[in-house]
Amino acid sequence: MQKRLLFDGQLLKVTIGRLCRQLIEVHNDFSDTVIIGLQPRGIFLAERIKDELVRMHPQGVLLGYLDATFHRDDLRRRDKPVAPSQTKIPFLIENKKVILVDDVLFTGRTVRAALDAINTFGRPAKVELLVLIDRLYSRHIPLKADYIGRKVNTIQSQRVLVELKEQGEEDNIWLVNKEE
Amino acid sequence: MSHLKTKHLLGIKNLDKEDIELIFRTASYFKEVLNRPIKKVPPLRDVTIANVFFENSTRTKLSFELAEKRLSADVINFTASGSSVKKGETLLDTVHNILAMKVDMVVMRHSSSGAPHFLARHINATIINAGDGTHEHPTQALLDTFSILDKTGSVAGKRVVIVGDILHSRVALSNIFALQLLQAEVMVCGPPTLLPKHIGELGVKVETNIRKALAWCDVANILRIQLERQQMKYFPSLREYSQYFGVNKPLLDSLNKEILIMHPGPINRGVEITSDAADSDHSIILEQVENGVAVRMAVLYLLAEMN
Repeated sequence: MQKRLLFDGQLLKVTIGRLCRQLIEVHNDFSDTVIIGLQPRGIFLAERIKDELVRMHPQGVLLGYLDATFHRDDLRRRDKPVAPSQTKIPFLIENKKVILVDDVLFTGRTVRAALDAINTFGRPAKVELLVLIDRLYSRHIPLKADYIGRKVNTIQSQRVLVELKEQGEEDNIWLVNKEE
Repeated sequence: MSHLKTKHLLGIKNLDKEDIELIFRTASYFKEVLNRPIKKVPPLRDVTIANVFFENSTRTKLSFELAEKRLSADVINFTASGSSVKKGETLLDTVHNILAMKVDMVVMRHSSSGAPHFLARHINATIINAGDGTHEHPTQALLDTFSILDKTGSVAGKRVVIVGDILHSRVALSNIFALQLLQAEVMVCGPPTLLPKHIGELGVKVETNIRKALAWCDVANILRIQLERQQMKYFPSLREYSQYFGVNKPLLDSLNKEILIMHPGPINRGVEITSDAADSDHSIILEQVENGVAVRMAVLYLLAEMN
């Protein structure tokens, strides 16, 4: 199995720091903004972004988790059913600016589902998307991210392997060639 | 594990512990959905469900219908009264005709035990048993056990007594199976005439003294006397039943312990339970109804995934 390192722990830290500064430029003190991590893997990145933002601006940032499984467009079209995860949004979304956070942006279908799901909590003033890795030229849906950790040229058969401390690994993100 | 091992929900007997845990996990996600400002999600928008009720129902029918609508399924309702069943149509013909209208799932209640099992053998749609005669009522048992879990954090090790007309109760049998799968201890309590002869063979304790039963348990699930199924006199009078087996506030207070009070409905106030006990702080009767929608959403969602 061939794999190429996209992020190690150090680079990941620098990139999250940069993304947070970009967020502060736009959202200032986060009084009207909430962060929503997408289940299952966007939540760890969302947690780290929140921690970093709180370190830079200790006034507090609202963080929630969103699972968009019930809004997916491929239910009952896959070999195996998708297992849902927990949704936890203990605050109001109505008229808030929402930053959706996910680790990898690939076909865009998960984000589309999340955009549908977020509307069941109210009407946000604005929704933005933050991703750590943007896989270019792979989109099935016309959408793009507003904040990007790194853009990567990939082909369909490759996959991005995200290993994080929260999952019991070292922080490493790889681009993996699937074996023929 | 992310899918059930069965295509139909005919009874708890056909499930294993993993299936129940999956249903509970999924139900907890749907419970969250039901607390959103917009309580509707689209996973079953391409599924049509027929609710076929050959017997009266309020809660179960409303609960299933609401669960189906919250999942965006198309719903048709059929009740035996006012239908061609009265003109002599057979069960199989009725259901075949409903299925000819391209229905994917059938939720059925029937007064004959085994009716949904019979249907599952003969038709191609997914069958969900919403109560068959005196046999099983699986979604009721699932929502009862889910409510215990939701309220107390665990089912394993809990002592649960089922009080009342055990002989005619499908809720009792499904509850016994579900509670035992989840490692709870189960007792049944009622007049000897309303306890099935060999019920002890199922591994449940049997008690005919309500005070002793309540003193033993953590949870009391109180059932209604099903007069409509009783072909003969099983006890002298409802008044006497109420005196010997009715649960009331003074009795609960005299035990000096916290007992969770459950009832699958409909309640006959003043017979099996008095109003002050049914409406007390320890009663989770309305939580059961609330959880019923989430549990049924989970069952429908998971079974639809199996097709």
